[in-house]
Amino acid sequence: MSAPPYARDLQLMLCHTCGQVCSQSVHHCPRCDGAVHRRKPNSLTRTWAFLLASLIFYVPANLLPVMYTNMFGSGSENTILSGVYEFWSHGSWDIALLIFIASVVVPCIKFFVLATLLISCQRRSHWAMRERARLYRFIEVIGYWSMLDVIVVALVAALVQFRALSSIEPRMGILFFGLVVVLTMWAAMSFDPRLIWDVEVEDV
Amino acid sequence: MSDHPGSKQSPAPGTPAVRTRRFNVSLVWLVPIVAALVGVSMMINNSLSAGPQISISFLTAEGLEANKTQVKYKNVVIGKVTAIALSDDRSKVNATVELDQSAQPFTADDSMFWVVRPRIGANGISGVDTLLSGAFIGADAGHSDKTSKQFVGLETPPPVTYGQQGKRFTLHTDDLGSLDIGSPVYYRRIQVGQVISYQLASDGKGVDVRVFVNSPNDQYVTTDSRFWNASGVDVTLGANGLKVNTESLSSILAGGIAFVEPKYSPNSVPAAENATYALFDDQDTALAPPDGEPRYMRMRFDQPLRGLAINAPVEFLGVNIGKVVSMNLDFDEQKKDFWTVVGVVIYPNRLGKVQAKLIKEWGGEDEARSAELIAGFVKRGLRAQARSGNLLTGQLLISLDFMPNAKPVVFDQNAKPLEIPTVPGSLDKLQEQVQQVVEKISKLPLEAIANNLNSSLGEMSKTLKQVNGEVLPQMRDTLVQTRKTLASANDSFSEDSPERLRLGQAMDEVQRTARSVRVLTDFLSRHPESLIRGRLKDNQPDAYKSTSSSVREPEPEAQP
Repeated sequence: MSAPPYARDLQLMLCHTCGQVCSQSVHHCPRCDGAVHRRKPNSLTRTWAFLLASLIFYVPANLLPVMYTNMFGSGSENTILSGVYEFWSHGSWDIALLIFIASVVVPCIKFFVLATLLISCQRRSHWAMRERARLYRFIEVIGYWSMLDVIVVALVAALVQFRALSSIEPRMGILFFGLVVVLTMWAAMSFDPRLIWDVEVEDV
Repeated sequence: MSDHPGSKQSPAPGTPAVRTRRFNVSLVWLVPIVAALVGVSMMINNSLSAGPQISISFLTAEGLEANKTQVKYKNVVIGKVTAIALSDDRSKVNATVELDQSAQPFTADDSMFWVVRPRIGANGISGVDTLLSGAFIGADAGHSDKTSKQFVGLETPPPVTYGQQGKRFTLHTDDLGSLDIGSPVYYRRIQVGQVISYQLASDGKGVDVRVFVNSPNDQYVTTDSRFWNASGVDVTLGANGLKVNTESLSSILAGGIAFVEPKYSPNSVPAAENATYALFDDQDTALAPPDGEPRYMRMRFDQPLRGLAINAPVEFLGVNIGKVVSMNLDFDEQKKDFWTVVGVVIYPNRLGKVQAKLIKEWGGEDEARSAELIAGFVKRGLRAQARSGNLLTGQLLISLDFMPNAKPVVFDQNAKPLEIPTVPGSLDKLQEQVQQVVEKISKLPLEAIANNLNSSLGEMSKTLKQVNGEVLPQMRDTLVQTRKTLASANDSFSEDSPERLRLGQAMDEVQRTARSVRVLTDFLSRHPESLIRGRLKDNQPDAYKSTSSSVREPEPEAQP
């Protein structure tokens, strides 16, 4: 047993905010007065709840139009996928690819990864724990890139306002898409990656 | 391995905390529940707001684009074209349109759809905004209770939409003229409506023109309104000069219809929807009172009727009561003579009050009675005459007049049609007179006169020669002589001539004489006795300054 002892063996836990080592008997960090828990409280349930909510919102986010473009009096509404298709068919495959990655691939990866992590943790799986931890870090990094779409729509809608010539307005879809991104970020935040390793201790 | 008991012990102090967590669990699950509710409600809303899907067929898909072309009513988007496909026989284009939920009325069976494109017509330019925005499909909801999924798109926009207030009327005319769909309808030169459709009458004889008169001007269409074709320019050359009459510039180009109620219609009521009217060719015929039943009559003219045309007016005492409908040449084998039979129609209604009075007096209006009436007129001298209506063009008209000194003729009351006796026309008389004059002129011995004149002229030229050869040289000599005389006279009156000098001396002499005479008279006036006694010493002529004298009587004797 060259490895150092587990925190719980020493009846200790870490403050989430300031990193102060606290005794397990306290509920608040003696230094910063933040709430302290052994693990993130109710982590799996919360993550599941946020993940499911974001999955539900992902449906209207893709089905409803995100943007209304009015050029010389002829207006058209575009959903995310129709916008991607339009860029692709007009030859701007690079922009199409960028939008596709930011607004379709990234959220889908997050759903998939979070679901994988949650299921594997609940089943107390020992499978590829190191890789799973890496996946978790990965989705935390890419999480906010999905906001690219929302920002593009917000910027364009604010800038392109030439009255009769052309105008761009946001539509309901982008709200749902923004909610999807926020909820997946919350889901990722409420997941405690230490749960991956808990099986090492508890199960063997 | 000893961790397990430790880890199991740890929840013991936190038991109350676990309870609160359980409460928290349900709160966290509210998030996906709310998300699900929102998502489901959005879906339900979306599916509910998805309106009916219809298919519209057009001749061409020009300007239409799937997922882009909108369907608009009053410029409000009510739907979108989702697909465009050729029909099975490739003769048409089927556009699939998804209408909004609110556009349910547009599925009525008689709804209309058309493509709005830029159009340039005689009535102006429309749809310019679609140059930039691209074409869209215009729609107009119908009123029918039946709904349909298949529609045939109109190629041109309908001139009148369903929502417009107003009335539709049918006008019957012989031919369409320059009218077209969209041609304006004028009331007192204000546009109040337009032509919305036209088609051949069911029997193929004539055209039925449908017009729409907008509210509130449709109230001016009364039961006895008269419609006429106001297309083009009406140029009349009358006694008041040249008159050009037209409704508006656009009606010259695009044609138009005008209507007005006659002035003598006091108790007219607004016409009902879909009332039928006749469309007259011009305002005059439109405003003429209704002609009523026509009566056919015949006239036989022995003289040629050059200038008499079909439709030439028939006047009775100056009132237009009918028109010429036929002209036929006839031939008498025995007399080898030609004459013209003119058929006319008479509209007795045009006589107005007269007709009413006549009917009242004669008790009826049937053929026999009117024949009897005309027989009476003929007996009183009613005759037809071909008169010149226009000296410039030589147009003839038929005039019915009472000729008091007309020769009596036999009138057949039972003839059908009635034949009105004729007399030669005024122009014919004039022609005869002119002919007589011409004949007289032609009888004149023009050749003899010319010969005489010729010889006289010869004489005259001889005389002139004589004058030139003899009289003129003598005259010149006389003139030279005269000039000489005048020159010498001039010399004698010149400044330094002896005559002039002598004249001056003579004048001086006269002056002196006059002075001495005056002295004498003065002396005599003072000393009249010197005439008897002679001159006294103290009465020297130089003593005339003395004023004691009153003798003046001899003076008038001395003066002359």
